[in-house]
Amino acid sequence: MTRLSPCSNNSIADMRTAVSRIVISLAWALACVGVLAAEALPASNDPILEARVMKISNELRCLVCQNETIAASHADLAVDLRRQVREMLQSGQNEQQVIDYMTARYGDFVLYRPPFKALTALLWIGPGAMVILGLGTLFVVLRRRSRLGDAAFEPDDKDAPQDPHLS
Amino acid sequence: MIPEIGHFSLWLALGMALVLGTVPLLGAQTGRADWMVLARPLSYLLFFFVAFAFACLVVSFVGHDFSVRYVATNSNTALPLPYRIAAVWGGHEGSLLLWVQMLALWTVAVAAFSRHLPAAVAARILAVMGLIAVGFLLFMLLTSNPFDRLFPAPPEGRDLNPLLQDPGMVIHPPMLYMGYVGFSVAFAFAIAALIGGTLDSTWARWTRPWTTVAWMFLTIGIALGSAWAYYELGWGGWWFWDPVENASLMPWLLGTALIHSLAVTEKRNSFKSWTVLLAILAFSFSLLGTFLVRSGVLSSVHAFATDPLRGQFILAFLAVVVGSSFGLYAWRAPEVGIGKRFGLWSKESALLGNNVLLVVAALAVMLGTLYPLVIDALGLGKISVGPPYFDAVFMPLMAPTVFLMGIGPLARWKNAELPAIALRLRWAAGVAIAGAVLTGVLAGEVRLVATLGLVMAYWIVGSVLTDLWGRLHPHGMDWAHAPTRLRQIPRALVGMMVAHLGIAVFCIGVVMVKTYEVESDVKMLVGDSTTVRGYTFTFDGIKELQGPNYVAAQGQMRVTRDGHPVADLRPEKRIYRVQQNPMTEAAIDSGLTRDLYVSLGEQVEGGAWIVRVYVKPFIDWIWYGCLFMALGGLLAVTDRRYRRAAEAQ
Amino acid sequence: MMKHVRYLVPFGILLVLLYFLRAGLSLNPKEVPSPLIGKPAPAFSLPRLDQPEQRVSLDDLRGQVWMLNVWASWCVACRQEHPLLVQYAKQAKVPIYGLNYKDERAAGMKWLADFGNPYTASIADRDGRVGIDFGVYGVPETFVIDREGVIRYKQIGPLTPEVLRDTIEPLLKQLNS
Repeated sequence: MTRLSPCSNNSIADMRTAVSRIVISLAWALACVGVLAAEALPASNDPILEARVMKISNELRCLVCQNETIAASHADLAVDLRRQVREMLQSGQNEQQVIDYMTARYGDFVLYRPPFKALTALLWIGPGAMVILGLGTLFVVLRRRSRLGDAAFEPDDKDAPQDPHLS
Repeated sequence: MIPEIGHFSLWLALGMALVLGTVPLLGAQTGRADWMVLARPLSYLLFFFVAFAFACLVVSFVGHDFSVRYVATNSNTALPLPYRIAAVWGGHEGSLLLWVQMLALWTVAVAAFSRHLPAAVAARILAVMGLIAVGFLLFMLLTSNPFDRLFPAPPEGRDLNPLLQDPGMVIHPPMLYMGYVGFSVAFAFAIAALIGGTLDSTWARWTRPWTTVAWMFLTIGIALGSAWAYYELGWGGWWFWDPVENASLMPWLLGTALIHSLAVTEKRNSFKSWTVLLAILAFSFSLLGTFLVRSGVLSSVHAFATDPLRGQFILAFLAVVVGSSFGLYAWRAPEVGIGKRFGLWSKESALLGNNVLLVVAALAVMLGTLYPLVIDALGLGKISVGPPYFDAVFMPLMAPTVFLMGIGPLARWKNAELPAIALRLRWAAGVAIAGAVLTGVLAGEVRLVATLGLVMAYWIVGSVLTDLWGRLHPHGMDWAHAPTRLRQIPRALVGMMVAHLGIAVFCIGVVMVKTYEVESDVKMLVGDSTTVRGYTFTFDGIKELQGPNYVAAQGQMRVTRDGHPVADLRPEKRIYRVQQNPMTEAAIDSGLTRDLYVSLGEQVEGGAWIVRVYVKPFIDWIWYGCLFMALGGLLAVTDRRYRRAAEAQ
Repeated sequence: MMKHVRYLVPFGILLVLLYFLRAGLSLNPKEVPSPLIGKPAPAFSLPRLDQPEQRVSLDDLRGQVWMLNVWASWCVACRQEHPLLVQYAKQAKVPIYGLNYKDERAAGMKWLADFGNPYTASIADRDGRVGIDFGVYGVPETFVIDREGVIRYKQIGPLTPEVLRDTIEPLLKQLNS
């Protein structure tokens, strides 16, 4: 707010100052209204690019804390690496090139999704193989049992007492 | 003085455990009733001394005794009282004492509720629990004494990690340990049966309620951990497939398999050696988890401060306990008979199919968790196995499991008529598919993976309703008798239905939030607003706050929808005075169908703040689902037959 | 007999597991080995810390065996290894270049003035890009680079007398021959 000079007793100057005060107040009021009604700007300049950066960053391991992705980590290196991802995407490189860039410098350790290669074949195929093996074994065992005569089993008189509700 | 008394109490507890682990066991082998009968009083004494030591540690924390090293590293004079108590289990030594405390609690519970068991069986079970207590007490006393003194005593403590200063921290570890440690009971029952050669359906009937209660606590413990991570850690996620999280999931999967396997053994006296193996495995994985968390072998945000000596001790203990159990198994299990006959297609085989899938799931999680270690140990380099792997592998494994969940309850024992089941379930299948697509449409976008997930969830619901219908109207629609029939449904079956519905609720939560979550990262000046999914978030500025042991910048966010006020959210950025780390406290408005999640980022030039706003649909269903599962377990163990048995004692 | 063998499977799996867990106790899960060992060092051209108008590039250093030590004035662990480096530099066995990582020029210069300057020259990597190219993830780190500009060794964390004596010295001897 403008302050009137204590020594001023020029009446025209007073009026000019008063008008300018009103004008300034009005300007402030309008500005505030404008500010109040503002829709927040996105934190980044290009949200679509940012989404792509986050998607890739969510697959990369932060080497400093090591238990977070570089998307979530606050470490300096994570911020730097996110910047690197952003620049690479901006210059037109694709996701695979970003991944290759990171693994060339930090090794496969930086990938939370282990690449499929001879070393990780057991890892990726294991679960599926175990399901087939497990269910297969179960099937074979049950079928073998179904071929046995009744004598191999306990008599089927009545089931365990006190539990008709196990039906 | 008090720490020394507590320490001495632990030594006495060790003494009790040693006697408990040997004398009743020998008594059972030789038939000496006077030795067997010692098991119960020794259990009570063990509990007393452990509880006393625990109380001493609590007193040391509450009274700010910084001459105790563990208290000095984990507490502070400004730490509020509830967190001072929770800090007892905030670090390695204290959480180990909590482990032993839980073990002693379970031991005493078994001692109290085992009068219906033959003396030899009860003696063996309690002895096994005593032996486990010996291992953990030795571990504590030799490598991780919580009562170690620190001279000169510092005037101030280092403070509890701010991340742990939270209600979730108070309750999550006790619940988790009740579950983890509770599987030791099923383990003890299994070992006792193998030693005594008394593996039969009666044994399964005895073991079942103990397993279900432990499973219940573990379910709640894991759910609490996940919910806590969600609202405390500020990145909006709720499961990271972190080694320590996996360490609790593996016993849970095996425990679930065990509950179902016990049903088969109890009903049909079959697959006994498989069930006993599962009982051994569930607890073995609890021990493996304990090792992974405390040995430093895997990198985890959760891991306790460690040193190789401690790791070696736990590993040796693991080797002895699991090794001798597997050895005993290999020796005794082949003699066990194959029980009663059942068909290739029957409820029994559906339950066993479920078992196979759950065990494979647990093994898959173990494979992913330990693979980096194996590769490194073989000198082949270092890799990481994280959420993208586990999500890719675990979800497809759950699909057939859930499919079986729909069929199993409707299948009959001995012989299930598949065509009849298919007929009954056809409308459930139809409704599941239609419902899934409809949900996608209502949510604004139909997506393939989401639809598949919802089909699975609705399939379970449809199956439960079909099952219920079949029980209420067994011979055509008969509403007159339906209420009576409803009341007649055994509570154990109601428990099953509720628990299965819990899985469905859980699946819906996971699918909806993963598919339809919306995030908005914005720069906000005072007065700015942003609209996400119809909710308008307006930033009213920052308030400076003083907490009991921190200072905070608190954001003032007003949320409205169509002009109506919805919530006032206050995300914070805190600096804890002692440890000086900045911490983000997200602000969450929880609702039945969505969470509004706001977290404060940094301040940028111009005075604006980076704010992250999320609308997360149905995310709380993840934890409601877990609650349903636990409730189902509770209903199952309060079934009439157990209450009758308890009364009869 | 065959029947009994089946029941030993869990025991067998346990033995394998125990072997690996035991091995794991002597490993460090947090250490990230460099994939650049045996590969050419990344090209760089950075201003000198003391004379920013002058630049040093990888090509300038070809034809000699040299060490690159990554340091910063804000790095606490660097203080631990620095006296060792200063002393080692006095023996003039190998030129040591410093990579001043994500630091302020004034702070870096002062740090060297306070604690000694073992470096033939220090170059300023203000934004950390060259560090990323070298796979730096923690400070301090030290590289040994040969005449052809190939990275031969990376030390993660502070140097110790043992590492210098048992690993780096023999390597330098081999590369210089």
